[in-house]
Amino acid sequence: MNSERPALLLARHSVFRGLAAHAVLITYTIIALFPVFVIVINSLKSRRAIFADPLALPGPANFDLVGYVTVLEQGNFFRYFLNSLTVTGASLFFVLLFGAMAAFALSEYRFRGNTLMGLYLALGIMVPIRLGTVAILQMMVASGLVNTLLALILVYTAQGLPLAIFILAEFMRGVSSDLKNAGRIDGLSEYTIFFRLVLPLVRPALATVAVFTLIPIWNDLWFPLILAPSEATKTVTLGAQVFIGQFVTNWNAVLAALSLAIVPVLVLYLIFSRQLIRGITAGAVK
Amino acid sequence: MGALSLGNVTKSFGKNRVIQGVDLQVQDGEFCVFVGPSGCGKSTLLRMIAGLEDVTSGDVVLDGVRINDLAPARRGLAMVFQTYALYPHLTVRDNMGLALKQAGVSRDEIRRATDRAASMLALEPCMDRQPAELSGGQRQRVAIGRAIVRRPKLFLFDEPLSNLDAALRVQTRIEIARLHRDLGATMIYVTHDQVEAMTLADRIVVLRAGRIEQVGPPMELYRNPANTFVAGFIGSPQMNFLRAGPLGLASHTLGVRPEHLALSRESGRITGRISHVEMLGSETLVYVRSDDHGLLTVRLFGQHDYHVDEPVFVTPDDAHTFHFDSEGLRLR
Repeated sequence: MNSERPALLLARHSVFRGLAAHAVLITYTIIALFPVFVIVINSLKSRRAIFADPLALPGPANFDLVGYVTVLEQGNFFRYFLNSLTVTGASLFFVLLFGAMAAFALSEYRFRGNTLMGLYLALGIMVPIRLGTVAILQMMVASGLVNTLLALILVYTAQGLPLAIFILAEFMRGVSSDLKNAGRIDGLSEYTIFFRLVLPLVRPALATVAVFTLIPIWNDLWFPLILAPSEATKTVTLGAQVFIGQFVTNWNAVLAALSLAIVPVLVLYLIFSRQLIRGITAGAVK
Repeated sequence: MGALSLGNVTKSFGKNRVIQGVDLQVQDGEFCVFVGPSGCGKSTLLRMIAGLEDVTSGDVVLDGVRINDLAPARRGLAMVFQTYALYPHLTVRDNMGLALKQAGVSRDEIRRATDRAASMLALEPCMDRQPAELSGGQRQRVAIGRAIVRRPKLFLFDEPLSNLDAALRVQTRIEIARLHRDLGATMIYVTHDQVEAMTLADRIVVLRAGRIEQVGPPMELYRNPANTFVAGFIGSPQMNFLRAGPLGLASHTLGVRPEHLALSRESGRITGRISHVEMLGSETLVYVRSDDHGLLTVRLFGQHDYHVDEPVFVTPDDAHTFHFDSEGLRLR
């Protein structure tokens, strides 16, 4: 009996701790998801119902798909989606490819100015790219890239690289140097070592970087508005602004558009999330 | 084939010179062990031979060809790493065959070579498994197999047994020794463990701070150490170093191996008090603290009934002592 007591206390203690931790996390989740929840429920209601009682759940009395109908009928919403997907997908690809390559060089090779280069590349994490908007716009005008998706892809690639390099370099330092050296002795090229040996081993880190890169790009309104506002190159977030007028705002359509815009991000997040958790907890839990 | 020669080889990282001019000849078919404390440059030297580190100055010559600037894969050598370094995405067979595949050898030839290596190392049942499904000992055997398959002129081993547990270490050590006999290939082996060095080597190279302290067959180093460093490094438990002054000797330091110190309760030349006793069954290690000489290790064969804090006398066997001067160099 005596010997069981400390164990019992410990168990009770950890149950309490578990409950407390869950309470905190659940509270945070509710706060974080509440706006999304409000957007989604209101997107399914009639205009009158939205204003009468914004927090009411959609029911038979106020259910209305008019927002979705407007969005799908009016404008080039499908095209906006495609633009967003193209821009996000291409930027993500380049950020991961170039970020991983730069990170490999910084972590693997000894050369003059290695540390300085690493700091220079990481500097972008601290300096917001929007500070350079005017210069970027001038450059894009000069190179004739205004109103092209390429302009957005270039800007987003530049925006995503610093964090990608910073995180990936740290992970790549953790990849066994014996493994890379074994590859060199077996006659693998540096590219093969990079693509076949190192990249698969840092997959969790790649997923982490992918999610952190993806979400700001998908949600961005600033650069599409400035660099590619033409009908042919509008992204979803910019497209949704069509429904926000100076005098009248079509709230049904805006909310429906936003609800639809959440879907792809959610899908990609679910794809990456397993890897993401491993990436975030790597080193902490082993 | 397989004779290696290092001519005044140096290595610097920035201003930090880690290899300070090493000259060494390794004969064809020789098993040469680099041994030394951590940070002595033994692994760096091995990696320079492998081509994984640049040589700052000097010549690395294999079979009469200067290989300083040759890519690692083109030097005709194979390396076994401490952490096994198997390719996680390839099966055991593909791990072993990769180097040959890169070199453009035909598939049948690769199959024959991997099968031969597998039978030498008793790896046949694991050939289609992934490295993650293997035990530590099996992984290291696969790594050794990967080296054998290439039929290299020179095998390099970088502390291959350090990650194995004690029983497997002995077993794998014997396997490596057998392999050397069977293949007759030149092998260079890096370790910090002097037991591995003593049991495997034809010749031991003792390194300290990027310099060779002494080169010779194991028993030569054991019987005739050139200085206190080699004397202290080779042999386990470590040699005792006594101050010569209090013993009435002309030299500076007197080196006596633990088995050549006699222990007595009645009389002897050095007085001390037992600080610890280790009973190993076949032998007993008695640690004696003496005012003049610090902690001395006495090795007694069989089992002895000594107790901590007992006052005892220790006497060196004059026929088996080593004299060193104040610089630590051996006086003969």
